[in-house]
Amino acid sequence: MHELSIAQEIISIAEQYFSSDEKERVKSIKVKIGKLQNVLPDSLEFCFNALIQNSKMEKAKMVIEHIPIKLECKSCGDVSEQEGFLFVCIKCGSSKITVVSGNELTVSEIEFEDSPTNQEVLP
Amino acid sequence: MTLITVERKVLEKNDVIANDIRLKLKAHKIFSFNLLSSPGSGKTSLVERTIAHLKDKIRIGVIEGDVQTDLDAQRIDLLGVPVAQIVTNGGCHLDAGLVRDALSKVDYANLEILIIENVGNLVCPAGFDLGEDTKVVLLSTTEGDDKPLKYPAMFRNASVLIINKIDLLPYVNCSVKKIKENALAINPDLKIFETSCTSDAGISGWCDWILAQANQ
Repeated sequence: MHELSIAQEIISIAEQYFSSDEKERVKSIKVKIGKLQNVLPDSLEFCFNALIQNSKMEKAKMVIEHIPIKLECKSCGDVSEQEGFLFVCIKCGSSKITVVSGNELTVSEIEFEDSPTNQEVLP
Repeated sequence: MTLITVERKVLEKNDVIANDIRLKLKAHKIFSFNLLSSPGSGKTSLVERTIAHLKDKIRIGVIEGDVQTDLDAQRIDLLGVPVAQIVTNGGCHLDAGLVRDALSKVDYANLEILIIENVGNLVCPAGFDLGEDTKVVLLSTTEGDDKPLKYPAMFRNASVLIINKIDLLPYVNCSVKKIKENALAINPDLKIFETSCTSDAGISGWCDWILAQANQ
């Protein structure tokens, strides 16, 4: 259940980008999660929602961008997505590969609702 | 609608502390490893065997991580080496902050080897840098030969695999050859040892490797 620690860190980083008064306007926090990170999206979302419940930020959503494992082969130069977790080139079978993507675990964007305008409400 | 670009690592706070630990250990020329496995595969037994083999040759300290109790620290304390226990109180992994706090209790500046025994778990600890030189994953023959395929991140992030409880091979449905094939498919660079903490088989080879790392 390391998702709880991760959710706490996501909120802690995000909170550095807005004041307490702006919390209600946070619409979404976008995170990138690589397949190699062992993070269960449902658990992360559950923890995130539990942590912001009854806070000014409770309407905020977490948006997860899943990053696939991509390997670059040092033998044949192929760059391909790897569906499973075998670290061999899917073209030539070489194990001389480098992981191009799949290790990501980042807070990438925060989206805010626009500030309420001072429009007069018509009777 | 307003959009702010952040692009920051979620575990950056952990990583800063881990780098600080790494620098401190390097400054004192201490070789450290993070010992990882599922519960009950023999991490503490391996630490005990390692200490028995090496304590007259090199100064060893241990940080023990457990969800509850200091039972492991008590076992290590009996061997006469510095030990600190981290109790996570439910936490499923060690993080760098916990290790930093524990380090102050083992008088680390006088050590040559630091062993950090993580909480028994093949999933959660994989992504948390503790400032160690390397990760050592231990897999016992009673767990089955498919574990590297089921927990790939752990085997991918480690540089050493110890296949433990090889004395039980006649009694369990497990192939060492298959463990190796599966583990090397995940991580072709793994250095592999086969050990038994009951019979002492393979422990010398493992300890020689530790000494070689510490003397580098």
